[in-house]
Amino acid sequence: MEKFTTFQSRAIPLDIENIDTDQIIPARFLKATDKQGFGDNVFRDWRYSKNGDLNEDFVLNDTTYIGSILVAGDNFGCGSSREHAAWALAGYGFRVIVSSFFADIFKGNALNNGLLPIQVSPAFLKALFTQLKANPETIISVDLEAQTIAIKDSNLIESFDIDPYKKTCLLNGYDDIDYLLSKKDEILAFEAKSQHIAIEH
Amino acid sequence: MKKTLFDKVWDAHVVDAIENGPQILYIDKHLIHEVTSPQAFNELEDRNIPIFRPDQIVATADHNTPTLNQHLPIQDTLSRHQLEQLSKNCTKNGITLFELGHKYNGIVHVMAPELGITQPGMTIVCGDSHTSTHGAFGTIAFGIGTSQVAQVFASQCLLLTKPKSLRVTVNGKLKPGVLPKDVILYIISKIGTNAGTGYFCEYAGDVFENMSMEGRMTVCNMSIEMGARGGMIAPDQTTFDYVKEREFAPKGDDFDKKVAYWKTLPTDDGAVFDKEYNFDAADIEPMVTYGTNPGMGIKISENIPALDDASFEKSLKYMDFKKGESLINKPINYVFIGSCTNSRIEDFRIAAQYIKGKHKAPNVTAWLVPGSKLVESQIIEEGLKDIFLEAGFELRQPGCSACLAMNDDKIPQNEYCVSTSNRNFEGRQGQGARTILASPLVAAATAVEGKIIDITKQLN
Repeated sequence: MEKFTTFQSRAIPLDIENIDTDQIIPARFLKATDKQGFGDNVFRDWRYSKNGDLNEDFVLNDTTYIGSILVAGDNFGCGSSREHAAWALAGYGFRVIVSSFFADIFKGNALNNGLLPIQVSPAFLKALFTQLKANPETIISVDLEAQTIAIKDSNLIESFDIDPYKKTCLLNGYDDIDYLLSKKDEILAFEAKSQHIAIEH
Repeated sequence: MKKTLFDKVWDAHVVDAIENGPQILYIDKHLIHEVTSPQAFNELEDRNIPIFRPDQIVATADHNTPTLNQHLPIQDTLSRHQLEQLSKNCTKNGITLFELGHKYNGIVHVMAPELGITQPGMTIVCGDSHTSTHGAFGTIAFGIGTSQVAQVFASQCLLLTKPKSLRVTVNGKLKPGVLPKDVILYIISKIGTNAGTGYFCEYAGDVFENMSMEGRMTVCNMSIEMGARGGMIAPDQTTFDYVKEREFAPKGDDFDKKVAYWKTLPTDDGAVFDKEYNFDAADIEPMVTYGTNPGMGIKISENIPALDDASFEKSLKYMDFKKGESLINKPINYVFIGSCTNSRIEDFRIAAQYIKGKHKAPNVTAWLVPGSKLVESQIIEEGLKDIFLEAGFELRQPGCSACLAMNDDKIPQNEYCVSTSNRNFEGRQGQGARTILASPLVAAATAVEGKIIDITKQLN
């Protein structure tokens, strides 16, 4: 996994609440057996009409906005557990998603793919949307070590929470498999002593 | 210390804990399917890591399978390739697979409980958010992403932060025609789609105690639609009777020993939850959704609320509904009874009971999709198939089908579908399709009438 330390970029505002993983990547694109290519179809049915025409009203098609930070409405990533949603966002080029609330499974999937979900206060999110509307060239900077997100050249800054273990993983580019494999002896010992685990099915 | 059902099962599975970080949770059963497993198999292969406990993994093909002519080769190249990949991966790694056509094939959350793979007190994961279904047995069961599928492959464990506890209690007597689906749609409409995020939910109260296992599974299935990773119901005699004698359930003395353990699992009196909600069963009526998330639900006799909110308005625009209007008499051309929420035998019995002697309306395409081969056989054995066919319904073969529009079973653009599935997201059942979530009874009545009717008038 790619390391994540600090990052700054312009941002794309997607002021819609409850964006579910079916919108991020519709099920008909889940037939692939590798992780490549999902970025082409991120938000497919909002970016294109059914006959394949570009939907110019959709913010990802609006050249006013570019950048690798997506700023989205409350409860981002709800619904299906498909990690394809994280692959699609990362594949499209996003490194950071900002929202006032993330669904659980999506948040974990994002972190496991080096895509940083930053939960901010509703007031900060509102300020971000206002700022991006007023000035689409606004730069947002993220410092994972310090756990801060700031609007550059302004006094708007907020700190965010992240699980300390996950933070270490992102800063160093580690993943959970490495850690779990280092715990094999404890896992074997657990299996040996466990009374209530049904090994046979 | 007083413990909840969730605490008891969780604590029994903690291998170790990272200071100021997550815990290592042991997973008893890992269920896999064709869509969310291939990249995890690839990852282990690329890193030269063996599958640690193949005997604790069970695989089925369900999301991407056709529901017609399952005996023939699959037409869609990508779908065929994905299913072949699952078969290859399972064979190579010694994993039990109930592939298409196998007598035990079915939707993962229908198949595992009916075979006795799902048992109380277990931890079960699957790369599918509706894994919460298995919580009906007093099991910690939740959906995971593909990176986590790979972690369980490698170590039979996951790194997790223990979620907070939530209890939803519903007491009283349900009105006639109010089904488990209505109960969960009602709860989600009251508390919203993110009330459960960060929590594991326990459903308590006499409404759930009096529910069949099929009904409890319907309720727990939709826990994720209120944001909760999982939902649980305390195991009781109903649970034990359901598990007993199932194909992979413990037998004889082993079963009795397990029951003795399972009886210790219910939440202790006085255990404290981080959050609680209480509802009165008498307030629940048959429900329908009108928007594009499962929290946008109303009693079938109510009108759509008039909220002044951009996301709400976007949702109504997609559905082509107006604020304040009623859904009664809305013409409906598609009805789908199926999905891991409502495709068990009890759901088809309810539908058949209503449909018997009636005929579907001429404008309606009505698909009935059993959750598994076993449910399909039961439908035939109990004579339900004849009722459905005489009424003009189409009984298809098992699979996830029109719940997620991954195979050919799609609802056309701009069409409404009254569906017993779990998600009414934009495009969930096909590009531009408009989903109205409801119980099997409301779905059956809609198919017969060709429009939404106030079913409560027939029931009272």
